[in-house]
Amino acid sequence: MSALDSKIPAGPLAEKWSNHKAHINVVSPANKKKLDIIIVGTGLAGGSAAASLAELGYNVTVFCYQDSPRRAHSIAAQGGINAAKNYTNDNDSVFRLFYETIKGGDYRAREANVYRLAEVSGAIIDQCVAQGVPFAREYGGLLSNRSFGGALVSRTFYARGQTGQQLLLGCYGAMNRQIKAGKIKVYNRHEVIDVVIVDGKARGVIARDMVSGRIERFGAHAVVLGSGGFGNVFFLSTNAMGCNVSAAWNAYKKGAYFANPCFVQIHPTCIPVHGEQQSKLTLMSESLRNDGRVWVPKKIEDAKKLQAGTLNPNDIPDEDRDFYLERRYPAFGNLVPRDVASRAAKERCDAGYGVNNTGKAVFLDFKYAIEQLGRDTIEKRYGNLFQMYEKITDVDPYKNPMMIYPAIHYSMGGLWVDYNLMTTVKGLYSIGECNFSDHGANRLGASALMQGLADGYFILPYTIGDYLAKEIATPKINTNLPEFDEAEKQVDERLHKLYNIKGTKSPDHFHKELGHIMWNYVGMARDAEGLQKAEKLIAELKEEFYKDLRIVGDFTAMNNELEKAARIADFIELAALMAKDALERNESCGGHFRTEYATPEGETQRDDEHYKYVSAWEFKGDKEEPLLHKEDLIFENVELTQRSYK
Amino acid sequence: MSENILKELTLKIWRQKDAKSKGRFETYKIHNISTDTSFLEMLDILNEQLVVESKETIAFDHDCREGICGMCSLFINGRAHGPDDEVTTCQLHMRRFKDGETITIEPWRSGAFPVVKDLIVDRKAFEKILQAGGYVSVNTGGVPDANSIPIANDKAEEAMDAAACIGCGACAATCKNSSAMLFVAAKVSQLALLPQGKIEAARRAKAMVAKMDELGFGNCTNTGACESECPKQISISHIARLNREFLKAKLQD
Repeated sequence: MSALDSKIPAGPLAEKWSNHKAHINVVSPANKKKLDIIIVGTGLAGGSAAASLAELGYNVTVFCYQDSPRRAHSIAAQGGINAAKNYTNDNDSVFRLFYETIKGGDYRAREANVYRLAEVSGAIIDQCVAQGVPFAREYGGLLSNRSFGGALVSRTFYARGQTGQQLLLGCYGAMNRQIKAGKIKVYNRHEVIDVVIVDGKARGVIARDMVSGRIERFGAHAVVLGSGGFGNVFFLSTNAMGCNVSAAWNAYKKGAYFANPCFVQIHPTCIPVHGEQQSKLTLMSESLRNDGRVWVPKKIEDAKKLQAGTLNPNDIPDEDRDFYLERRYPAFGNLVPRDVASRAAKERCDAGYGVNNTGKAVFLDFKYAIEQLGRDTIEKRYGNLFQMYEKITDVDPYKNPMMIYPAIHYSMGGLWVDYNLMTTVKGLYSIGECNFSDHGANRLGASALMQGLADGYFILPYTIGDYLAKEIATPKINTNLPEFDEAEKQVDERLHKLYNIKGTKSPDHFHKELGHIMWNYVGMARDAEGLQKAEKLIAELKEEFYKDLRIVGDFTAMNNELEKAARIADFIELAALMAKDALERNESCGGHFRTEYATPEGETQRDDEHYKYVSAWEFKGDKEEPLLHKEDLIFENVELTQRSYK
Repeated sequence: MSENILKELTLKIWRQKDAKSKGRFETYKIHNISTDTSFLEMLDILNEQLVVESKETIAFDHDCREGICGMCSLFINGRAHGPDDEVTTCQLHMRRFKDGETITIEPWRSGAFPVVKDLIVDRKAFEKILQAGGYVSVNTGGVPDANSIPIANDKAEEAMDAAACIGCGACAATCKNSSAMLFVAAKVSQLALLPQGKIEAARRAKAMVAKMDELGFGNCTNTGACESECPKQISISHIARLNREFLKAKLQD
C-alpha cells in the first residue's frame, strides 16, 4: 500500500473540481485576517497566488532572490498561453485541451489535475485581460490566437514574443496593489534555504538576506513554494542564472516527497552552444515553428561543407533539403511536441547532418513564410525574437536560416503534491513548475504559463482555505520556538561548512562539471550504463566539491560566490536523485528517453504495465538511500496508446 | 558567426564594498576573449580569474540573460547598457569591442538608485512608484469574458509598445535630471490606452506622478536621452500622453 494519498475527488471527471470546491472548508473574512501565508517565489505561480490570497484577506509574505518580484523567470516566457476558449471555432474544448495535455505528457500525468487545469484555463485569459495585459488582437478588436506544438487547434493567446513578461507584469500589478494595501510584504534579494516544521506542519522558512548576508527566520500558518524548476542542474539551460532548487530540495529533505525528478524538458529551438566560456543558453520561442521550417541537408557532403563554412545554406536547392519533421510526422509536421522535435534534431546531428561548425545545429528557415506572407507579417509576429537572434549570433534571420539546437528548458518533475497542491508535509504547498503535477513526462508549449496562473489564481486560493480553516485557532507562529533555532542553526552550519573548505576551485567550476555529467548521461538520451556512470561521477564530484571548493568574499555580506555554492551543493544532491530515478524507470516516455526502450522508428516505448506511475522519492537521511513510493496513475477517460504524431 | 579573439582588454571597474563605503575604480586585464562571448560572460570569466587569485569577485546584477528580466544594468564606456542600441547589457556581445581597448564599467549613476555593492544598485524607488497606482484595480475572479472587451488592433499594439518596459532604470540613470518620466509614462500610457485602465486613469496618473516627485526623481526637460538609451525603445511620445493624462486629471480636481 502506498503512503501517497492523491486525494482525487470521486465522481465523473468533469464534475470533480466543482464538487470538490463545493464541499471543502472556507475561512471567514474575519479569520483570514488572522492567518499568515509565506510564498516563496514571485513568478506566475507565486505572484498570482500572493495577489489572490492577499485580496481574500490573508497576510502574505513573499520572497524572491531578485531585486524585484517582476524579474522572476516567468518573465522570459515568449510564445504564449493556452486556453480552451474555442474563439477560433476550430472545435477546441476543455476535453480536447485535457486530452492533448495528457497525450503530450505521454500518459504520465494525473487525469483529474489536468482536467482541472483545462477547466480553469479560460478564466485565466479573462483575468489577464481585465488587468490590462495587451494580448494580440485581430482588426475587429477581438483576441488573436496562434498554434503551438502538440495541438491540433489554435488556442494560444500571446503578446508578441513577450507573453510571459506581460502576464507576469499583470500579476505583479495585482501584487503591487496589495503591497500598497499592506496585505503583502515583499522580501526581495532573499534566498529561502529551508522550511521550518513544527509538530509535523510547515510553519515557516529560513532565508538568507543576500544584501547583509544575515540568516533570518519567518513564521506563518502555511508555506507555499513557487520557486520554479531545476533546469540549472545542467549548468547550461534556458533558465535564468539564479534559478535554483534549494527551497524545494530542502523541503524534500524535511519530508516532502520529490516526484519524477528524471522528467526534464529539452526544448528543440535554442541558439546552439558556441563555446566553453558560455554561461547561458537562449531560447527561441516554439511559436517560431508556426512559420519556420526545420531542415538539414539531404546530402552528407553538403552538411560537411556547411560544417566547414564553405557553403551558404541559401545555395542548397529545395530538393536537397531534408525537412525531417515534415517527412517523419506528416500530421503535425513542424509542430510536433518538444520532446519529439528535440530527439529528431539530435538523430540527424548524430548521423552527421548538423549544419554548424560543431555539427550540433539544424536550420529553422523562414524563407518560405517570408515568400508567402511577406517580411512585414513575419516581422510583426516575431520581430523581437529575430532581433534577439541577430544580436546574439550576428546573423540576420530574415536573410539566412536560423540555427537551432535542443537545450534544457523546463522540469516536469518537482515536489509531489496531492489534488489540493499540498506536499507530503502538512501545510506545505507547491505550485507552478516547482510541483510535478500536470505535465507528465513532457510539457506542451504555452502550458507552463497556464499552469502557473491556474495554480495561483484559481486553485490554491480555494484549496489552501480547506487547510487553514482548521488553523483559525492557531495564534501567530512564534519564531522563537526551538524548531526555528534548530533550522537556522542547520542552515548556518551548512553555509559555514561550504565557506570554510578554502579549497582552490570556484563554485562555477563544479557547476560546469556537474552540467557536463548531466548533459552527457542524464540528458536527451539515457541508458542504464550511462546512468550508472553518472551516479559514480556525481558521487566523485560531490566529494571533490566538499574538499576543494573556494568561496572568496565575506560570509556576512553580499556574496554571490556563497550564494552559488549553496545552490550547487543542492543541485549535486538532486543530480544523484535524477540519475537514480531515470535508472529506475525502465521505459521511455516523453522527455525521458532510454535508448534501450525505443520503437523500431526510434520513438519512445512506454511500459504501461510496469511504469504507469508517478515515482515519489522520500528522503531517508544523508547516508541512506531514498525510498521510492509509487502513485499508480489511473486512466478512466483516455485510452493509453502509443503516442503518434504521424 | 565569425569568431575572433580579443587578445587583451583593460577593464576599469567600479568597486564599492557596500552602500556606506566609498568606491573607487580598479583596473583589470583580461585575455583571449572570443568575440562571440557576451559582455556578462566576459565578466564571468574575469570573476573566475579573481577566484583563482583569491580576490573578491565583482558583484553585478543579472538573471535571465535574454534581455527581458531587467535585472542587468551597468554604464559601459559611459553609456547605459553599453555601445549597442536596443539591447540590455546581457545581450551585448564582445564583437562590439576592439582588441586592446579599455572598457570602463560603472553602476547606474543616479541619486535615486544608491549603490548596494560594486555594480549593483537599489531600484526600490521604481517599485514604490508602481505600487502607488501602476495597475488596474481588479481582484481575481468575477471578471467579464475576455472577448467582451474589444480593443482596436492599433491601440493594443501601442499599449504593447509601452508595456514592453523592463524596469531596468536606464532611462532615469541616463537622464541628467534623474527623471523617471519615461518609466512612469510607459505604465500610465499602457493602461490609459486600454479600456480596462481608463476607468482609474486620472487617479493613477496623479498618484504615480506624486510618488515620483516624492522620491526625488527630477523633472523631464525633453532632451530624449532616456528614449535613446532605452533597450526596449520606449518612445517619449508616451511622456506626452502622461502629461496629457496628468493635466486632464488635475483639471478634474
